[in-house]
Amino acid sequence: MSLHAGTKLEKVLAAGQFALTTEVGPPRGPDVEEVLKKADILKGMADAYNVTDNQTAVVRMSSIAGSKILLDAGLEPVAQMTCRDRNRIAMQSDLLGASALGLKNILAISGDHQGAGASGKLKGHPGAKGVYDVDSIQLINIIKNMRDEGVQAGGDTLTSKPQFFIGAAWTPLGPPIEFRVLRLAKKVAAGADFIQTQAVYDIKAFAEQMAKAVDMGLTEKTAILPGLIVPRSAGMLNYMNKNVPGVVVPQELIDRMKAASDPQAEGVKVTLELIEQVRELPGVKGVHLQAIEAEELLPEIINQAGLSPRPEV
Amino acid sequence: MITAEWKPIEEMVGYLRGHKKVLVIGCATCVAECAAGGEREVETLAPLLAMAMQNDGNPIEVKSATLERQCEPEFLEAIAEAAAEADAIVSVACGIGMQLVAERYADTSLYPGVNTTSLSIREEPGLWTSRCAACGDCVLGFTFGLCPVARCAKSLQNGPCGGTRTNGMCEINEDTPCIWRLIVERATARGRLEDLTKVRPPKNWSNSPAGGPKRMLREDLRS
Repeated sequence: MSLHAGTKLEKVLAAGQFALTTEVGPPRGPDVEEVLKKADILKGMADAYNVTDNQTAVVRMSSIAGSKILLDAGLEPVAQMTCRDRNRIAMQSDLLGASALGLKNILAISGDHQGAGASGKLKGHPGAKGVYDVDSIQLINIIKNMRDEGVQAGGDTLTSKPQFFIGAAWTPLGPPIEFRVLRLAKKVAAGADFIQTQAVYDIKAFAEQMAKAVDMGLTEKTAILPGLIVPRSAGMLNYMNKNVPGVVVPQELIDRMKAASDPQAEGVKVTLELIEQVRELPGVKGVHLQAIEAEELLPEIINQAGLSPRPEV
Repeated sequence: MITAEWKPIEEMVGYLRGHKKVLVIGCATCVAECAAGGEREVETLAPLLAMAMQNDGNPIEVKSATLERQCEPEFLEAIAEAAAEADAIVSVACGIGMQLVAERYADTSLYPGVNTTSLSIREEPGLWTSRCAACGDCVLGFTFGLCPVARCAKSLQNGPCGGTRTNGMCEINEDTPCIWRLIVERATARGRLEDLTKVRPPKNWSNSPAGGPKRMLREDLRS
């Protein structure tokens, strides 16, 4: 099978190895050291590292710049690109720039709406004008056409074809539930090579959605990496269950975290179990593992899950 | 209808400082339907403005009128006399009506009393909700008569984002339904969910406000 971009992530998946991605959020400032500090903790732990694109509409170092810093530090980035802040002209230009800098994994997403609001003490930019010139599925297809046809969305040709390994997001458990697999199919048809999902806690419900994806043949065409977020307290799970659309947390898991004498240790244990459970599901090709504001927990989890060291490809 | 909402009184006070004779004009069409600029609202706003200006230490004399339509030139003549006496006009019509008034009475200061906000329907008494974004490239034929351009916060063209709440409402407004959830429900009810699985290409926004000011020319109507 010929590779699209030959990134480590693509090669790991092509080799049939269980892939592991995680996330490095860029700082709210121009601080290279901040990125490197996180890189230091996580280097060698994952096959690729997502660099978020101004999540929750709070301004941070750009995803492309953050990705380049990671790349130079020896970590393979997945540059996230949202449809919120740029039109198709700016996005394609940034994609060419990303390619010129050696960034080849791109995750195309709609992005948090600017009005969705920053969490905690942050204000975000609720008065900003959202762009949404194209949606995530259209962006996926634009990237594919740049890569495979060497053509811009407007029809002009590129002087050469950039190589990309194209990612997309999937919220398997959001309503309308009957459409979620069909929307995944649209992303695959548009050109998504790999999929990272919204955080999964309800394995039974996720397994049902995965089974549909397998039945439709989607897992033959794209690599699905369920998202797992390390739970750190019952409160956090409760919050996500109530406030983060598409995240469904079984009550028994919340109760279990509540009863734990050391919730953080329990969260690590839960995460290890979740990794094992999703790993057994047909069609699952890896995991997208996150520990929000607690990256230091990841090395232990990855080691204990037997996912370290990462395969050499 | 075109909907509008009153500007904050403080903003109007800011406009009117230095003026003495103010004419507040309403419009009996869309903005009357959305209870922002009809006769009743004008007759409420006029004394409120007078009081606010009094409290601000800048008393004004306020007169009021409500036109049949502010967006048709012939209706504007009804206020010619009152406009000539005024040194400022506050219009509570939509931005279209306001601009026609500003053009007809170009020597008099014109201030907006409302913000024009949407193309909506009155869904329930006291509730107006968006239906159209005047995007110039209608997609209702693909979306079972429900507009994702006006009614999805991200104007998504290919289905719902991950922000649909468990109860089917939109992440950014708990009282607004996820329009893609409704589109999927309607498609399902019609046995045509399959129609929504085709990837819709990027929209052509050149016939929307993004493409520049609209100039619609019909040669057949010009002779």
